[in-house]
Amino acid sequence: MQVATFLAYLAAAALFIVGIRRLRRPETARSGNTLAAAGMTIALVATLFVIEFRSLPLIALAAALGAIVGAISAQRVKMTAMPQMVAAYNGVGGGAAALIALSEFYHMQTSGSGNVVAALTVPLTILIGSVSFAGSAVAFAKLQELAFTGSVSFPLQQVVNALLFLGILVLGVNAFLGGAVLPFLSPVDSVVAILVASLVLGVLLVIPIGGADMPIVISLLNAFTGLAAAASGFVLDNYILIIGGTIVGASGTILTRLMSSALGRPLGKIIFAGIAASGTSKREEQEDRDVHDASPGEVGEFLADEAEKIVIVPGYGLAVAQAQGAMRELTEALESEGKEVLFGIHPVAGRMPGHMNVLLTEAGIPYDKLYDLEDINPELEDTDAAIIVGANDVVNPAANDPEQDSPISGMPILNVEAADRVIFIKRSLSPGFAGVDNPLFYDTEKTMMLFSDAKQGLQDVTSSLKNS
Amino acid sequence: MSELLAQIAIFIVAAFLGWELISRVPNLLHTPLMSATNAIHGVILVGGMIALSEAHNAVIVAVGFIAVFFGALNVVGGFWVTNRMLGMFRPPVKRVKKREG
Repeated sequence: MQVATFLAYLAAAALFIVGIRRLRRPETARSGNTLAAAGMTIALVATLFVIEFRSLPLIALAAALGAIVGAISAQRVKMTAMPQMVAAYNGVGGGAAALIALSEFYHMQTSGSGNVVAALTVPLTILIGSVSFAGSAVAFAKLQELAFTGSVSFPLQQVVNALLFLGILVLGVNAFLGGAVLPFLSPVDSVVAILVASLVLGVLLVIPIGGADMPIVISLLNAFTGLAAAASGFVLDNYILIIGGTIVGASGTILTRLMSSALGRPLGKIIFAGIAASGTSKREEQEDRDVHDASPGEVGEFLADEAEKIVIVPGYGLAVAQAQGAMRELTEALESEGKEVLFGIHPVAGRMPGHMNVLLTEAGIPYDKLYDLEDINPELEDTDAAIIVGANDVVNPAANDPEQDSPISGMPILNVEAADRVIFIKRSLSPGFAGVDNPLFYDTEKTMMLFSDAKQGLQDVTSSLKNS
Repeated sequence: MSELLAQIAIFIVAAFLGWELISRVPNLLHTPLMSATNAIHGVILVGGMIALSEAHNAVIVAVGFIAVFFGALNVVGGFWVTNRMLGMFRPPVKRVKKREG
């Protein structure tokens, strides 16, 4: 590798790191992204000097096509559809890594330039990249509600997965030993077979995972693609691939861990066990317990007269109902009456980590009103009214009930119970994703239930507030 | 061999770095963070360019072509969408002024 290219790669890596660092604060985040993009540009330009010149037109054509598709999709995507967009970009990244390893393996076989490291990392790159590609494709289909919605499982799923993985291992050894294990499969055919088997494995790993666990899957697949890129760096002896890929792999792993602890479930349980949606406590025999069925007028009047400090807890139901705008109007109406309004955002609200923050920011709610779980719980102690819109699991005190073993047991929750009054805006009493009943619904002293579509409910409360 | 050791060293340092970098990002910014890191693994495009430039047979050229296409899609889409998202995170003070004006 030329010294200049090597130095350029180091500069690119430094820009990635500084860029990510600047993503810690909203004020600097945008410039951080720009810096990382500048680093990427440097890395790409530097690469032009180490490749064969004659292939430039073809590379330019492929890159231009990819850039156009990327730019158009990025410009058009709605913020509610961000998780599937990230899944899609992620998948193509993983797919690229697998294809690169495949073509590099072919190159090594035909030119006889292979080495031990490459023979080990090629199958690994193909495995991780293909799992990421196929897994992301399934995640995309689930999130876009094209196919595999909910948790799809079949008998002996774990066994099939294990066998597939074993098969991939055998194929990898076969490729490594030049076809000694399976004489009918040449090394190149073996890695092609690894690619196909890994694609199947990717599909099988993600189809059983339910909607509520999507934030975790997305960040896990992100980590996978990072690792695939790093592994391909070992195949190609390329430092920027190792650095960039590893940083993403490590950071994706952390995010995944943060998310699974925010759901109160170990990662292994999410991936390998029957998933939340298929949990035990879908008890349909709901006895007729009393609830305080409030009208929008009653809620509006209460907010106008008795609440000074209000915490709003939005859930994904808010986004489904496209009610972010109505939410902002209510917030502005309350603030114009001199009331303090804060938002409590659970880490897994939405379909990817931090998704709800983006949706509210898009609606024009300033980010300094958006509080994390740890920051909002102390605030709730002296809150007059907590309004929960389109959420249930994340405020369900049953999660803390040691007597109950439910899919959400142990999940940290927003402690809305601590507020003086609790107002749910919800279409019905039906429990959320996890299917666990919420005891707060039936606390008629504390809780008002406003049965309505999120958008309609918020609009009605806003107008009654303005009239009272 | 020393090349490999250097690569492994870089791998390990980068892993700790990634760990450190992300641990301090607030939930507020997790989606843009993920989408930005998503764009960064688009660095795989570098590998795609190398693979395509080495390709001599038609099938492998096609494989490399798709890899470059995928990589470019990952890079451009990732950074673009992150930029769009972060553009919405405006400082609260400015926002108020704008509305009054």
